Amino acid sequence: MSLAKRIIPCLDVDNGRVVKGVKFVDIRDAGDPVEIARRYDKEGADEITFLDITATHDNRDTIVHVVEQVASEVFIPLTVGGGIRTLDDIRRMLNAGADKVGINSAAVFNPDFVREAAERFGSQCIVVAIDAKKVSPPNEADRWEIFTHGGRKGTGIDAVEWAKNMVSYGAGEILLTSMDRDGTRIGFDLPLTRAISEAVSVPVIASGGVGCLDHLADGIIEGKADAVLAASIFHFAEYTIQQAKERMAERGIEVRL
Amino acid sequence: MSTVAVIDYGMGNLHSIAKALQHAEPECNVDVTSSPESILDADRVVFPGVGAIRDCMQALNQSGLSKVITEAAKTKPFLGICLGLQALLTDNEENGHTQTLNIIPGHVVRFAESLQDSDGNILKIPHMGWNQVHQIQHPLWEDIPQGSRFYFVHSYYAKPDNDFVIAGTAEYPTAFACALAQKNIFAVQFHPEKSHAVGLQLLKNFLHWDGRFD
Repeated sequence: MSLAKRIIPCLDVDNGRVVKGVKFVDIRDAGDPVEIARRYDKEGADEITFLDITATHDNRDTIVHVVEQVASEVFIPLTVGGGIRTLDDIRRMLNAGADKVGINSAAVFNPDFVREAAERFGSQCIVVAIDAKKVSPPNEADRWEIFTHGGRKGTGIDAVEWAKNMVSYGAGEILLTSMDRDGTRIGFDLPLTRAISEAVSVPVIASGGVGCLDHLADGIIEGKADAVLAASIFHFAEYTIQQAKERMAERGIEVRL
Repeated sequence: MSTVAVIDYGMGNLHSIAKALQHAEPECNVDVTSSPESILDADRVVFPGVGAIRDCMQALNQSGLSKVITEAAKTKPFLGICLGLQALLTDNEENGHTQTLNIIPGHVVRFAESLQDSDGNILKIPHMGWNQVHQIQHPLWEDIPQGSRFYFVHSYYAKPDNDFVIAGTAEYPTAFACALAQKNIFAVQFHPEKSHAVGLQLLKNFLHWDGRFD
């Protein structure tokens, strides 16, 4: 008997609609985040993450309504990331029913924001999202750096040091995305995942690169992640979350079935 | 149908707990409130909370709700959740040392650093995610299979003085008390409002509980 490793489907939401195609046969509206969340909940998702990619500030209220609606009928933890820049942004999401918020660029520009957020709302709801890219040449020891702006801008900050730093500022969890692997479907960057997971005391969610169910299990076994996040393999209904859990269980991982 | 007061003292996400109670029992009247009269008039009381214990106790003491909670916990079916469990004990080592309500004698302590699982992996703190709960006979576990998984997120846990108040345990990596029962009080470290079907069942059981437990 012990703690289960978590599977977290992620929905990219733009102006209140899920982007990236979703091909479930039994839902009426493939772009409706509420309907998709309901589906994932039914399949046994351990949590659901919404990544708000709405570009304009004016339309950011839409994600609040999405969270409110989902939280009214889906009783598992919900995380909202994307565009969280102020304590007021966090309060609005928590009041809407989110359990955690993901802070990404704002942490890089102002690390004290993470400290203030953790002090005000508790570390348990502060997830620091880290986008990392390998910068070491082949033949040299692995080194990863933090990137912002969707992986376009380097910062010169070492990813492992940054993760440790963020935990000391009060992050309760790290959402780690490999920018090299994101969208490639060739699996997580396992050395990166392992380096960060072994360096910090808080749970680490692996993200970026999942193309098949064994990649999820690899992230836990070899990457030492506490949870795995994926979007496209679930969106396109290639696999259900139940299938993912069964595969992980076959590989000897404790899951909530 | 009966009224359930969810105590609002500015600590955490009451939307979820209110929605979950309503979902578990559509007939019940859920009142999210900070009014002492409403809390004392309600048929049953839910005491939720997330965050730091010092802020929690400050909020309770400044608002005068400490006394109201202590009073309500004497008579009505009473459910403490997460920080609402921890606050019922005598003291808490978080934030140095914080005196709490002393309704259930005992202490709240932090998980030790660098605990390992059986494979030698370091256990992360907070203890976050779905863990199995070993139930000990109580009406609130009705229709919930033994060993069901509930959602936890916490770094501190209760060590009650008396083992007979322990109504459930989880392992991380050794057993700790994650549910306490004392007369009309039931308290859980996990979040039933985030624990899917089994969590809703526990809330439903609470809403139908007469508060008796021998």
